[in-house]
Amino acid sequence: MIVASPTIVELDGVEKHFGAVRALGGVDLRVQRGECLGLVGHNGAGKSTLMHILAGTAVPDRGRIVLSGEEQNGYSPDQAKQFGIRCVFQELSLCPNLTVAENARILHPALSGFNWRRAAGALIVGKLDEIFPGHGVGASDLVQDLPIGRRQMVEVARAFTATDQPVRLVILDEPTSSLDAHTAAQLLAFMRRTVAAGVSCIFISHLLGEVLENCDRIVVMRDGKSVAADAAQAFDRDKLVTAMGDETQQREASGGNHLARGRSPLRVRARSMRQIGVAELVAHEGEVIGLAGLAGHGQTDLLLAVFSAATRARAGVEVTATVALVAGDRQADGIFPLWSISENIGVCSLGKLRQGLLISQRREAALANFWRDKIGIRTPDIRNNILSLSGGNQQKALFARALGSDARIVLMDDPTRGVDVGTKLEVYDLIREEAQAGRTFLWYTTETDELKQCDHVYVFRNGTIVADLTRDELTEQKVIQSSFTEAS
Amino acid sequence: MTAASTAAAQPAARTMGKLKAQRLLRALLPALSLALVLMAIATLNPRAISYFGFTLMLNLAIPIALATIAQMFVIAGNDLDLSIGPFVGFVGCVTATWLRDTPLVGILMLLGCIGVYAAVGALIYLRNLPSIVVTLGMSFVWQGLAILLLPKPGGRAPDWLLTTMGVKPPLVPFPILAALLIAAVAYFGLMRTSYGAILRGSGGNSVAIGRAGWSLLKAKMALFALTGLFGVLSGLALIGITTSADANIGNGYTLLSIAGVILGGGEFVGGRVSPVGAVIGALTLALAASPLLTFMQIPPDWQVAANGAILIVVLAARVLISPKGAER
Repeated sequence: MIVASPTIVELDGVEKHFGAVRALGGVDLRVQRGECLGLVGHNGAGKSTLMHILAGTAVPDRGRIVLSGEEQNGYSPDQAKQFGIRCVFQELSLCPNLTVAENARILHPALSGFNWRRAAGALIVGKLDEIFPGHGVGASDLVQDLPIGRRQMVEVARAFTATDQPVRLVILDEPTSSLDAHTAAQLLAFMRRTVAAGVSCIFISHLLGEVLENCDRIVVMRDGKSVAADAAQAFDRDKLVTAMGDETQQREASGGNHLARGRSPLRVRARSMRQIGVAELVAHEGEVIGLAGLAGHGQTDLLLAVFSAATRARAGVEVTATVALVAGDRQADGIFPLWSISENIGVCSLGKLRQGLLISQRREAALANFWRDKIGIRTPDIRNNILSLSGGNQQKALFARALGSDARIVLMDDPTRGVDVGTKLEVYDLIREEAQAGRTFLWYTTETDELKQCDHVYVFRNGTIVADLTRDELTEQKVIQSSFTEAS
Repeated sequence: MTAASTAAAQPAARTMGKLKAQRLLRALLPALSLALVLMAIATLNPRAISYFGFTLMLNLAIPIALATIAQMFVIAGNDLDLSIGPFVGFVGCVTATWLRDTPLVGILMLLGCIGVYAAVGALIYLRNLPSIVVTLGMSFVWQGLAILLLPKPGGRAPDWLLTTMGVKPPLVPFPILAALLIAAVAYFGLMRTSYGAILRGSGGNSVAIGRAGWSLLKAKMALFALTGLFGVLSGLALIGITTSADANIGNGYTLLSIAGVILGGGEFVGGRVSPVGAVIGALTLALAASPLLTFMQIPPDWQVAANGAILIVVLAARVLISPKGAER
């Protein structure tokens, strides 16, 4: 079928690598004028990377970017803006120390000269009135004083404001994630009105219902490739889920033999500092406990609280065994960059490796070799520097450090961040095996696939536990829902 | 649905109001501490509160206020300038020698200094260096140049500068007029102009500024050049008051200027600064530094320590009323 409306944006064979990890492996994408394109896929499927490339904030390794039939060279955020591409990214791009009006000004070089403050204020408040009637945001409010939902509203409204440059394509990356149901509906209605007026939108959301109802066409991404693209009517929920590839489905059975909860001895009982209700995190021997929710909502704080409670009594946290931590930000608080692989692995087990006052080189090497063979750290010699390993293998060494120690509880702070899929699967098996041998895992992760590896999941929001899901209750939808709804 | 959302909006409005009240309280704190110091002086020595008294007590506050504004610009961009003190000293030496003897060369040198500041900003941005290290290095450079120029105290301020700094306006003492002018210029420049918003934004969320298509390099260079400009003004004002120069004359200004910015409600990170507060902070420090302590009959040996104690007390008060959790 030939579509009458012209293509305004065309991406051709776009590739992008971050180190050894392939984020995009040759993606084609077309957006027509006056079209709402839905983009769905699991975390890490490459949606956000693709949008950053379209916005000019990331440079593709290979591929063409064509805007209105003109191929772009040296594509930059400024060029994207000139053309009329606007973005609302997941991480907010407002300046917290500026007022709402001043933040509008940042996007519009044309707002200058005498009285620019009034013009900027009128522009942004007018757009807010149009999209979110009754929004309660003032032009002179400081953004840092606004709650997250209103910041998101300001950010969305700002993307739709126009001065001297036209608005042709607005990218909305999870725009409804911090909005409540009412404002989300306002936004979706406005999006439809704008699309009817000839502006294009790319809409990314984890809530498949939203995408199915509001988009004209849907592209499904998976592992850095677009795997399906069709009119929205051609999809339904099940088809989308199948196309996204729920790879954990077949794995789910593997965890079916977990112990009945509460049969084994208690290992951790922890209440978060800011917890209002009675909810508390409980972990027994041999369990894998997931900590879910949006990034930075208190999961890491709780892990650190458990970690310090193991050595020093702490109110609200009860720990009955030794603890080891696998850091997520391995460059900052994981590896010792000047040490060898074996030294990095052995540092948590120094007591065991000691001979008199000194560390026995032989025992250290034996420990490191054992783990190298067991979890497949790819190196010719464990005496090499840790930095000679790839990122995924460095992370394996950190796992070996924790598992090689005599700790009965292992805390993991998003340990597979930036690790390729193959290594991830190996790590999942390792965790499962160690749990069956009686170790307890507390696992903070932002990926739903990994939560499905857990026996029990606690969802965090604003430093408190807001949901407590068993493995059978766990769905992505539920985690997202409880991440965003207010704790009552 | 609407009823539910308005019900939800009410507590939000209340926290907004509370936040605003706290913010107002914090904004008033610099003025409050200045008033406290003035009241203490008035009780200890009522005669000091007069046209002549203020002119004497606040004379040295003008260069301190200018140096504080200079420091404020770099702090707005999440940096710190440890070289401002020796820089003011170097400018003082140039003023008392070249600017008097061969004005054209002197002016070119001072303009060159501002250029050097902009270049330091560019270096810090491009090489992603910690500003503390670079400006600490620069402080030795300025100090060394100043000693080369004026190995022993001497020189003489140009006559026009002496006349300017010696103006006696009717009714309001000159230092107070000057402080008002400095505060107004800095406030308008950084808080009210449209490019000022970009400069402050670069300290608040530089990624957002870059994504919107602004040059972060230019912003950093502009902030450092403004620091250089106000540093030059500070050096000029200082020599206009002291009439002759000394290579070490400005050394105390580095920490005084940082303290002034923080005392005035600024923060080290996040682009949160207040020009008016900074000037008030500088005045408070200048008053607390020696007039107050002299009136309290604290021996000069103890004055530096007492000055530090006052600083700690005022900063502690600021932390007490800072909104918790809003400092993201």
